[in-house]
Amino acid sequence: MSKRIDINNLNVYYSDFLAVEDVSLSIEPKSITAFIGPSGCGKSTFLRTLNRMHEVIPGARVEGEVLIDGVNLYGDNVDPVTVRRHVGMVFQRPNPFPTMSIAENVLAGYRLNNKRVSKSQAEDLVEESLRGANLWNEVKDRLDRPGSSLSGGQQQRLCIARAIAIKPDVLLMDEPCSALDPISTLAIEDLMAELKDQYTIVIVTHNMQQAARVSDRTAFFNIAGTGKPGKLIEMNDTPTMFSTPSEKATEDYISGRFG
Amino acid sequence: MTSSTSTPEAQAPSDYGTHPGASANRVFRWLSTGAGVLILITLAAVATFLLVEAWPAFTMSSEELGETVSFIKPDQGQSLMEIIGYLIFGTLVISIIALLIATPVSIGIALFISHYAPRRLAQGLGYLIDLLAAVPSVVYGLWGVAVLVPFLTPFYQFLADYLGFIPIFAPPESGDIFTGRVAMSAGIVLAIMILPIITAVSREVFLQTPTLHEEAALAMGATRWEMIKMAVFPFGRSGMIGATMLGLGRALGETMAVLMIISPGLTFSASILQPNQHNTIAAYIALQFPEANSMGVNSLIAMGLALFVITLLVNMLARWIVSRRKDFSGAN
Repeated sequence: MSKRIDINNLNVYYSDFLAVEDVSLSIEPKSITAFIGPSGCGKSTFLRTLNRMHEVIPGARVEGEVLIDGVNLYGDNVDPVTVRRHVGMVFQRPNPFPTMSIAENVLAGYRLNNKRVSKSQAEDLVEESLRGANLWNEVKDRLDRPGSSLSGGQQQRLCIARAIAIKPDVLLMDEPCSALDPISTLAIEDLMAELKDQYTIVIVTHNMQQAARVSDRTAFFNIAGTGKPGKLIEMNDTPTMFSTPSEKATEDYISGRFG
Repeated sequence: MTSSTSTPEAQAPSDYGTHPGASANRVFRWLSTGAGVLILITLAAVATFLLVEAWPAFTMSSEELGETVSFIKPDQGQSLMEIIGYLIFGTLVISIIALLIATPVSIGIALFISHYAPRRLAQGLGYLIDLLAAVPSVVYGLWGVAVLVPFLTPFYQFLADYLGFIPIFAPPESGDIFTGRVAMSAGIVLAIMILPIITAVSREVFLQTPTLHEEAALAMGATRWEMIKMAVFPFGRSGMIGATMLGLGRALGETMAVLMIISPGLTFSASILQPNQHNTIAAYIALQFPEANSMGVNSLIAMGLALFVITLLVNMLARWIVSRRKDFSGAN
């Protein structure tokens, strides 16, 4: 279920504005890759090109290739809807469907592919996914309550359960902890460490300690100034990036001497 | 008490006392409270008027009322209560036809504007729909009679020929000419009239759908339609019900267009293709009012009271539907 991603010479445009310029990098399966960089450097935009979610914004388009196990996501016969069923995503703010129960939230994505789900199948999947997201023990007695009745951290884990219920090849996380308190953050980080046994995980984070704690490899994005495109500065194993980065800009950023 | 016990107000002015905006704040509070109270008073005044003025008609014996008021004929099965019954039935039949047609079309248009159309087209279309609301109802009535009814009559003929065995589409008695001035036509014209309000409100509600929820659906591989089912409709549910009720309110009370289109009658007939079967409360009142004597007016006001009660019930029903699943509404 875990696949590698190769990105070759990717440019991302919003209409005529070049937002991210010429990114090439590889993401290993069963690993956590962190994207760090200042606000507006295009790391979230870039993350969204990995499941074509950037296309939600009118005028957004890319040039270049994103290969998942060799299949180009931007090939001619590729449907973005299908791409997103293989590349799951967790957002900055927890977004369970407020009109659905906890159990229905977990099943929401699964039901898109499987119109008929037997009751026992559904129960098994809900339990399996919630256990996978370390949430089962907290919610097993109130699966029929609305998803919005949970705390922020629990809601975020519910969103992770919802994402892994459809067994994606890759899990993208766009600042998944930025709206959470430190304890909930820790819970999510522990969960990520467990999930990487099965999934390729890519996380965007503003928190450099978090990148250092959870990721195997780190990519640093930077922007030369407003109106300029974001670029990949360097990418390396996380310990190397945080101890001996090869670029001056990376060192300045991670040591807080930025700008 | 004596001046030696100093209260806080008696102390020298402090920096923490009143501030420049305080009096404006108080004025605005009273203004808004006043506005709120005003609406209650108006509603109470209308209700009281209806009850007081309808009372004589309700308390007078049926025979006496029949002698006094020209349009009440107890001996022909048209006592005041019977007329009210027929009219409530006719009003509901015509309004329901209007709602059944207008709701799906309006929601379709609203969705197209909010989620499918390119931004420019959406804006233009929005203006056009709002313009529909600006057309006076008498114009709709004229258009209905002159254009729509002749246009629709062949379709009615077709429906009656092939689906006439269903009571709803039963054809007119033999000998009656197929005029098209029937409940169905009135319902269709009303549908066009209530379309703008339902569309406008639904569109606003759909546009309010949190991007967060839309993206949640899209990110797990929902198509746009699946996203609408998962994120937009659940979020907009109470808004859509509210919009429909606003439309229903207008349909229930619409006078002119119905009056001009329909060949009125007083029956409980299910057939919406037969003339001389149905009429609405509002159109009936407008029709009889100019000729009515004093007790006649009381009788008409009694019918108005019935309309008021129906509208009230419809609104309460809508509120109840909206509040039923509050926990899941997304408001928290």
